Amino acid sequence: MAGPRYIADPEDCVRSVTLDGLSVLFHRPSGMTHIVASPAPEILVALRQGPADAAELLRRLREAYDFDGDEAADAVDARLAELEQAGLVRRA
Amino acid sequence: MKHRLSLQIGPVSFRIGSAWAEPLDALARLYAGYSEPEDGIADFTVRLEPEQIWRRWIRPSVAIRGDYILPDALPLALAHGLLAAEMGMNLQMALGQKRFLLLHAASAEKDGRALIMTGESGAGKSTLAALLGERGWRLMGDEFALLDLDEGRLHPFPRAVSLKNKAIAVMEQEVPGDRFGPRLEDTPKGTIRHLRPNQEALGRMGESARPALILFPRFGAAEAIRGVGQAEIFMRLTQASTNYVTLGAAGFDALAKLVGACPAAAIDYPDTGTAIGLVEELWREAA
Repeated sequence: MAGPRYIADPEDCVRSVTLDGLSVLFHRPSGMTHIVASPAPEILVALRQGPADAAELLRRLREAYDFDGDEAADAVDARLAELEQAGLVRRA
Repeated sequence: MKHRLSLQIGPVSFRIGSAWAEPLDALARLYAGYSEPEDGIADFTVRLEPEQIWRRWIRPSVAIRGDYILPDALPLALAHGLLAAEMGMNLQMALGQKRFLLLHAASAEKDGRALIMTGESGAGKSTLAALLGERGWRLMGDEFALLDLDEGRLHPFPRAVSLKNKAIAVMEQEVPGDRFGPRLEDTPKGTIRHLRPNQEALGRMGESARPALILFPRFGAAEAIRGVGQAEIFMRLTQASTNYVTLGAAGFDALAKLVGACPAAAIDYPDTGTAIGLVEELWREAA
């Protein structure tokens, strides 16, 4: 069964700078600033291609990055939940 | 208002009105040598009014009002009217400033480059900045550092330095008595005495500087220098800013530029002599 589908705001809604390997994001719609570590910025970029559930998101990430299966799926689930709570992604 | 005074402090101008003469007389003595705004128009207005009209004469207490109001700002005793005027000026800046990213920080300049020191109340940033200002640096300000939103330069805001408790004696040994305001006992922040910055700071209050070093001083611990990651610096500075959220993307861009360009460190110090040594050492390394 497919899980919930998520979507991220387009690139021009989020300003981003990388400081010491961490990404500092300014989310224009909310006016909030977030500090996030990998793979959160990569998830946001991948979601901008269009709505995706966790499995589809993992497939998109695999196209660009090299990583192992199960642990990565757990990490993506956890990061999606955090990003949703922060208001950086939402249910499609 | 019955009594008025206008002051230019760095790029910001104030008009202070008061129902009583005393606070403004004290303010005028403390700010001797400061100019009035050139165009006669003030950026911010501060009003010192009786909390209730009949209390102008009976046990008077000063309510701080202005263009921007904190509804729960407590009134002060008239004996602390000078403090009320100072707090009123700070409050208007903190709530209303939109031209600059406002950092709750002390700053000093040397060779066209600026040192920014920020930390919690009691960290000693006012005292350190005041001391540096008497020892070869130009004091830019002890309370607010104004970061230009476009060019990223730091502008001075050399208001009177607010010295608290033990810092008063430290500066009394360093500076002639005629630059001090009255000693204000039993204020909400303990004993306070204001210090007028020296002629160098006043004469060059129109000169900005390029930020070159950010320090997070902390008084009361053994001497130490600790590195601070850039993301943590960014986070600490958003907390030190009173208008970061209001400025939105412009504030984010200005802060990102500052953090990306400036080395930074946290310093712990047991006494001001040690602190000055640490500042000079880190300043040489940043050069």
